[in-house]
Amino acid sequence: MLYDAAIIGGGVIGCAIARELSRYAVRVVLIEKECEVGFGTSKSNSGIIHAGHHAPPETLKGQLVVEGNRAFPQLAEELGFGFKQVGEIVVARNADELPALEALKARGEAKGVPGLELWDRERLLREEPNLSPTVAGGLFAPTAGVINPYECCFGLIQNARMNGVELLVESPVLGIDRRDGFLSIKTPRQLLHARFVINAAGVHAAKIAAMVGLTDFTIQPRKGEEYMLDKRMKGVVRRIIFPVPAATTKGTLVIPTFDGTIMVGPTAEDVDEHDISTTDAGARSVFDFVRTLVPSLHPRDTIAEFAGLRAVSDSNDFIIGPTAVPGFINVAGIQSPGLTAAPAIGRYVRDILKDEGLTLVERDDFEPRVRPIPRFSALSMEEKRARIAADPASAHIVCRCEEVTESEVVEAIDQGARTLDGLKFRVRAGMGRCQGGFCTWRCMELLSERLGLPIEAITKRGGGSWLVIPRLDADPNEEASR
Amino acid sequence: MTPPDGVQRMVCIGCPIGCQLEVEYLGGDGDAWRIAGYDCKKGKSYAAEEVTDPRRMVATTVAIEGASWRRLPVRTASPIPKDQVLALCRRLHAVRVTSPVAMGDVVLADALGTGVDVIATRSL
Amino acid sequence: MITRTPRSRYDVVVVGAGPAGLAAALGAREAGAEHVLLVDREPEPGGILQQCIHTGFGLHTFEEELTGPEFAERFIDRLTERGADLLLGSFILDGAPREGAVQIVGRDVGAARVEYGSLVLAMGCRERTRGALRIPGTRPAGVYTAGLAQKMVNMMGVLPGRRVVILGSGDIGLIMARRLVLEGVEVLGVYEILPYSSGLNRNIAQCLNDFDIPLHLSTTVTRVGGRDRVEWVEVCPVDEALRPIAGARRERIACDTLLLSVGLIPENELSQRLGARLDLVTRGPVVDSTLMTSVDGVFACGNVLHVHDLVDWVADEAMRAGRFAAEHALGRPRPRDSVRVVPGQNVRYVVPHTISPDRDQEVLFRVARPVERATIVAVAVGEEREQPIVSKKIRYAFPAEMMRLSLSQADLDKIDAETLRIDVVERPPKKDPKPKGSRS
Repeated sequence: MLYDAAIIGGGVIGCAIARELSRYAVRVVLIEKECEVGFGTSKSNSGIIHAGHHAPPETLKGQLVVEGNRAFPQLAEELGFGFKQVGEIVVARNADELPALEALKARGEAKGVPGLELWDRERLLREEPNLSPTVAGGLFAPTAGVINPYECCFGLIQNARMNGVELLVESPVLGIDRRDGFLSIKTPRQLLHARFVINAAGVHAAKIAAMVGLTDFTIQPRKGEEYMLDKRMKGVVRRIIFPVPAATTKGTLVIPTFDGTIMVGPTAEDVDEHDISTTDAGARSVFDFVRTLVPSLHPRDTIAEFAGLRAVSDSNDFIIGPTAVPGFINVAGIQSPGLTAAPAIGRYVRDILKDEGLTLVERDDFEPRVRPIPRFSALSMEEKRARIAADPASAHIVCRCEEVTESEVVEAIDQGARTLDGLKFRVRAGMGRCQGGFCTWRCMELLSERLGLPIEAITKRGGGSWLVIPRLDADPNEEASR
Repeated sequence: MTPPDGVQRMVCIGCPIGCQLEVEYLGGDGDAWRIAGYDCKKGKSYAAEEVTDPRRMVATTVAIEGASWRRLPVRTASPIPKDQVLALCRRLHAVRVTSPVAMGDVVLADALGTGVDVIATRSL
Repeated sequence: MITRTPRSRYDVVVVGAGPAGLAAALGAREAGAEHVLLVDREPEPGGILQQCIHTGFGLHTFEEELTGPEFAERFIDRLTERGADLLLGSFILDGAPREGAVQIVGRDVGAARVEYGSLVLAMGCRERTRGALRIPGTRPAGVYTAGLAQKMVNMMGVLPGRRVVILGSGDIGLIMARRLVLEGVEVLGVYEILPYSSGLNRNIAQCLNDFDIPLHLSTTVTRVGGRDRVEWVEVCPVDEALRPIAGARRERIACDTLLLSVGLIPENELSQRLGARLDLVTRGPVVDSTLMTSVDGVFACGNVLHVHDLVDWVADEAMRAGRFAAEHALGRPRPRDSVRVVPGQNVRYVVPHTISPDRDQEVLFRVARPVERATIVAVAVGEEREQPIVSKKIRYAFPAEMMRLSLSQADLDKIDAETLRIDVVERPPKKDPKPKGSRS
């Protein structure tokens, strides 16, 4: 069978392209090396939907970010993931930084970023009283927001699958062969043929391109460490706080996450593609920096930490477009603001495919909406009663900390969760204060039952992330004593 | 068993207080011992036993079928010689019971010839 | 005893059917409460005791050494005899203390509103996790709290790994070290950041020393390695401020599992939702001498109130809470408390937070640092002067061990102050140290 398009990489970019293409009458497959989509960079980032004024207008990322931002309210509504337009403030820590704010404002306005306002020190401290009293002023952008990025990923792929996209997980691409008019992709279990191959492999994109002989760009993984703070810090800032940007990154931020906790980070350190560790040095640099913005932040309030990798291309811009190899399209170097730009990248790639000769006929049965898993804990008592009456499994609380019901867990499994992390990021089971101490076992049992796997086969996040082993006496020749 | 020479120190495991005990073999006609540091009778007898015939309670599980859990907790009815603890655990690997079981039921009689039974510690 | 259809009103509703809840329900019945409801999330009563299959329970309550499941079953049997309703697989979503009602959802009841005369909180505690420790490194599978590993091994019949390092020398960690060795798992060592163990000495003796498992004091895990599954942990000695010593050798230990036994935290989310004020040290509710929280008619006992070392003391405290809850529900009030109890020298916390001088009292507390040869002193702190009321000599005290001080009414009659302070004062060493005990 010949696919019209095969997308390599199930991060937010691959998923957004898949969802965009699912509007049309084409055969599309998405190939993901991990056990579930969104388990790489897309799971481990700041979760910010940028207003769009940071990236220079002459860059591709600068162009796609504003359109991406505009797409998010509708996307979140259709796919049922949370999106809070909390706004962001770029803070000048001293008078020397004030001109940079004006330059940013001018840049943003030229790009069509709405609502930008310069705030003087008084206004800034009135709006965000926990900022350092030494700040000089700020640039407020009301359209910036926060999401849980993995929820966006899950929503995109679920909607794409509803509309006919095939998803292959645990399928690392081993090689790509150029054939006459199509390309063949080899994975450990499949040989797939497609007219177009879209390389959305994130930090691995240069390796994938090299499989068809393209070596015209490199990808440098750049690690970012992030630190989540205790709920007691909730509300210390209400908007995303940026410093005036430095050359390499947008700097270290203070982020009121979608769930209302405070996150600080990221760091920026060039590493190899396997290094997703947090470090003492990283924690120090993050806290030393953010305390210049918000002095009450302290490492003792850390309750969780993680690191993710940015896919930084040698051009320091997105690399999106057809290549010297017919049918092979690169969507590479998608670092920040890639999450924001994702919906715009989806459309951009669609247009490239059209230009390259793929016939795209809109399907009249495209269903843009997914039915999100209803979050029991968010319901009123009346709604909870009604829900339990309709679905008795809603009365079984699996995760006590986040009040997640058995029916939510089962629905998440039916929607593609195959691992403990998959459950955690879909329905928050194990994400609360006990970090799975109480519900891990029940989640493993439910995964085992629904997927028809022995309990020992359940993993944290696929691959070699096994959780338990059989007893050492698991021996068929046991005697019966009763 | 030959009494050891010198003063032996140990922590009493008889109760959560964990007294620091000292035992010294004095020899002589009455096979005399000096035992110090105990707070109760149990501590004194533990110290004497620990240097001549150390024993431990063993608590582990055996396989159970037809119950809501896969393992049934069991223990020795009284302490067994310390050097047989691991052997008993291995022996119990081969024991498999079927629900229902009542607390106190013997799941292995006269374990390893010690004269001590292994009993279920819950009903399941 | 197990019910599927609870009444609409009970004299006493108990949240949690672990050791505290079972004993509280029993206490309430014995004090005359006719209708008592116990609610638990799990499909069976007994709480954490069901996975604590080791011996060491019940020495005070039953004067014999039982395992956790035996201790639980005895209480379940006693309660069954007394009669109480037990609602399992059920969860208290919320409460309306002004209306004296709780909202329950559960397997059998669906959603139900139940009214109470008194409510007893007995939800127990949870284990501290890796996040709270800030261990850098990767986040692979194979980092478990000791309690989760205990459930895996003792109830589910699977093993958490093959080569295990344990961080923290709390009792659960020590017990699990032995348990895993008995199951053929390699336990490479127990690492404790403090200069002393936070577990009981007898557990170090019978769980570690018996099996030659090394205990490394003043050492902690500074990094976790491994992409998918734990592959190694890095350990490093710490200084007096508990910081890794700069320049000290950091040792990498190849292992596939890291168990954490680094403390327990009372589970007070429901208590807070009900409006109960918490003690910042115990992280449990502030209670009066009847173990009533700051919310009228809501009582607390067991590990939700403060983390105990022995289940016997949990049961003892919970029996009292149940009795007081029953008295409250039946409209038999006691005189109000008039004396505040505060922690003093080398005391981390004291429970209860207030007492009444007109009846016998028991105060429970923990020391902040280990001491040998000390005196517990209860000092009445007046505006003008301080007056020792009671003093009791002890041979030693450890933070791991909960201390108890009984105050008789005669003692309390001497109090002419609003504050009673509990101190643990070191005594100078004896000139001729001669251990207790005699020749035999």
